[in-house]
Amino acid sequence: MDINEIIKPENMVYTKPRLMNDNPMHYCPGCSHGVVHKLIAEVIDEMGIEEETIGIAPVGCAVFAYNYLDIDWIEAAHGRAPAIASAVKRLNPKKMVFTYQGDGDLAAIGTAETIHACNRGENIAIIFINNGIYGMTGGQMAPTTLEGMKTSTCPYGRNVALNGYPLRIAELVERVDGTCYVTRQSVHTPASIRKAKKAIRLAFENAMAGKGTSLVEIVSTCNSGWKMSPVKANKWMEENMFAKYPMGDLKNV
Amino acid sequence: MANIKGAVVVNKERCKGCDLCVAACPCQVLALQPTEVNDKGYHYAFMQNPDACIGCASCGLVCPDGCITVYKVKL
Amino acid sequence: MKEEIKLMKGNEAIAHAAIRYGADGYFGYPITPQSEVMETLMEEMPWETTGMVVLQAESEVAAINMVYGGACCGKAVMTSSSSPGVSLKQEGISYLAGSELPCLIVNVMRGGPGLGTIQPSQADYFQATKGGGHGDYHLITLAPASVQEMADFVALGFDLAFKYRNPAIILADGVIGQMMEKVVLPPFRKRRTEEEIRAQNPWATLGKPKDRKRNVITSLELDPAIMEQNNIRFQATYKRISENEIRFEEINCENADYLIVAFGSMSRICQKTIELAAEEGIKVGLLRPITLWPFPSEAIAKHAVHVKGILSAELNAGQMVEDVRLAVNGKVKVEHFGRLGGIVPTPDEVLNALKEKLM
Repeated sequence: MDINEIIKPENMVYTKPRLMNDNPMHYCPGCSHGVVHKLIAEVIDEMGIEEETIGIAPVGCAVFAYNYLDIDWIEAAHGRAPAIASAVKRLNPKKMVFTYQGDGDLAAIGTAETIHACNRGENIAIIFINNGIYGMTGGQMAPTTLEGMKTSTCPYGRNVALNGYPLRIAELVERVDGTCYVTRQSVHTPASIRKAKKAIRLAFENAMAGKGTSLVEIVSTCNSGWKMSPVKANKWMEENMFAKYPMGDLKNV
Repeated sequence: MANIKGAVVVNKERCKGCDLCVAACPCQVLALQPTEVNDKGYHYAFMQNPDACIGCASCGLVCPDGCITVYKVKL
Repeated sequence: MKEEIKLMKGNEAIAHAAIRYGADGYFGYPITPQSEVMETLMEEMPWETTGMVVLQAESEVAAINMVYGGACCGKAVMTSSSSPGVSLKQEGISYLAGSELPCLIVNVMRGGPGLGTIQPSQADYFQATKGGGHGDYHLITLAPASVQEMADFVALGFDLAFKYRNPAIILADGVIGQMMEKVVLPPFRKRRTEEEIRAQNPWATLGKPKDRKRNVITSLELDPAIMEQNNIRFQATYKRISENEIRFEEINCENADYLIVAFGSMSRICQKTIELAAEEGIKVGLLRPITLWPFPSEAIAKHAVHVKGILSAELNAGQMVEDVRLAVNGKVKVEHFGRLGGIVPTPDEVLNALKEKLM
């Protein structure tokens, strides 16, 4: 069969989501952010809520998320996205409001905003990208950096005596009464991507249904920061990150 | 699987040559261009072995940049 | 609507005026001497009447970022705090200014630096009028001198903020916040509907309809050429505000031999000072800036040619005096009188200072 007979619109089974525009993404080759962006775009499209959705972008690598998804966006100060989302949702209770945050943004400078938004049970979805490193600023230690893991500010490996322990945010907010759904996912294989999409969909549905706060942690790679190829970074993540940050639902009420 | 036939179209200018689609493909259909590069200087992905494609879309799913469109027909 | 005259604290007047203005949201964190603002709002429960959202945040940092979120949606949102809390809010205020967003901030000033005191002060003049956070920006700064003005400046502040897409701040002090006076509360206005906001503030992030591009509110721009243009646009806005929105009050300035410049609670004290001076046959006028930024420089300069000296009386170590000196540009002697750390002077003290420093 000639390939041109296959490549016809009616035979299309997968393409870039409609809500992801053609702007070239600034992310490094192989970065997990792009995959998660696609999933969010698909979920918004499938739920038919693009006109009602407001995204809150973080400071960090995903600071320019607003350039890639064709919805209304607010750029937050570092770590403040959950506070901003709280107000946007309370002032517009019928809208879909979500934050998209990295580990420095959410788990270091924005820990207070995160925990208190969760504790108030704000009807928002928090998408948390945990790759154990500060990507945007050039690969410094994050609160989620693994013990012994090397970054530019712990060049000999994270030493708990000096730097404390890797912070498990999902376990923290699971204990907070305002959360209805806390899950940890990854996007490194087709199967994990399908599961992560279902998790994001549930988080968005919870927000629209007013069930409380949902937090979807995506354990991700930063192959540039980790100084590995994208394929090797995925393998390293499976072998090292998943032990500290195990996959699966922590809470689903 | 012989009654299913797939095809992959890579947006070669958008592709960053990260190799994740190549690794995700269960049928070793894809490869990175060994010498040729796109305008950004990346060795972009292409169908090296098109006959093996089953249109499973694994490549499309894992592509961070949304470069890949997948087609499938049942024969 | 029939006038309603009530007796209340300045802080309470802020809360009632906000509900009546049709404010969409208040986000705050308790701090003395302004906690009555949020307490009054919580007691009034406006979410059940006008639909106004009131939320006690986990910190001043969160509160101002909630204001930022609300402002992005084109909502009339506000916060209030006192000096140490306003320092914490500076991050968010800079982002609000850098994103060209309207909002209302209230600072009921107390003495500093640091934790300082809970007594009244005007030591945040520089912070409010010169920007406060990082970057080149200004806040429209309103200085109320009565409980009535606390109520009136809520509407004025919101209206100016929306007119120029720039944050406005009510710079009150502990005296104005805590003292009780009679006040005529403004009539109730309806909160704007989402359709009205979309029509009046097309930049608002309320969800992207199919017929427009996505709205993105951000202060980030990595291209220096564009960032410079953004700053030039901000400066043009500040120029328009300076040309159109200067407000001040003059008492007996026309034939005065001496001029006192004072704002807020200090201007109330100086009203008595100029009466005491008149009894002694000294002709002293009082110029009260109502907008501290933009500053009434021309009005002050006009008097520089006929007075023998100007006293800038402030509850601080000498802040507004710099703007007064810039305004008169060396034409006449300008001195400062101030009390610090929460002390409020008597009218006599001000008169004695005027005599000592200028006569």
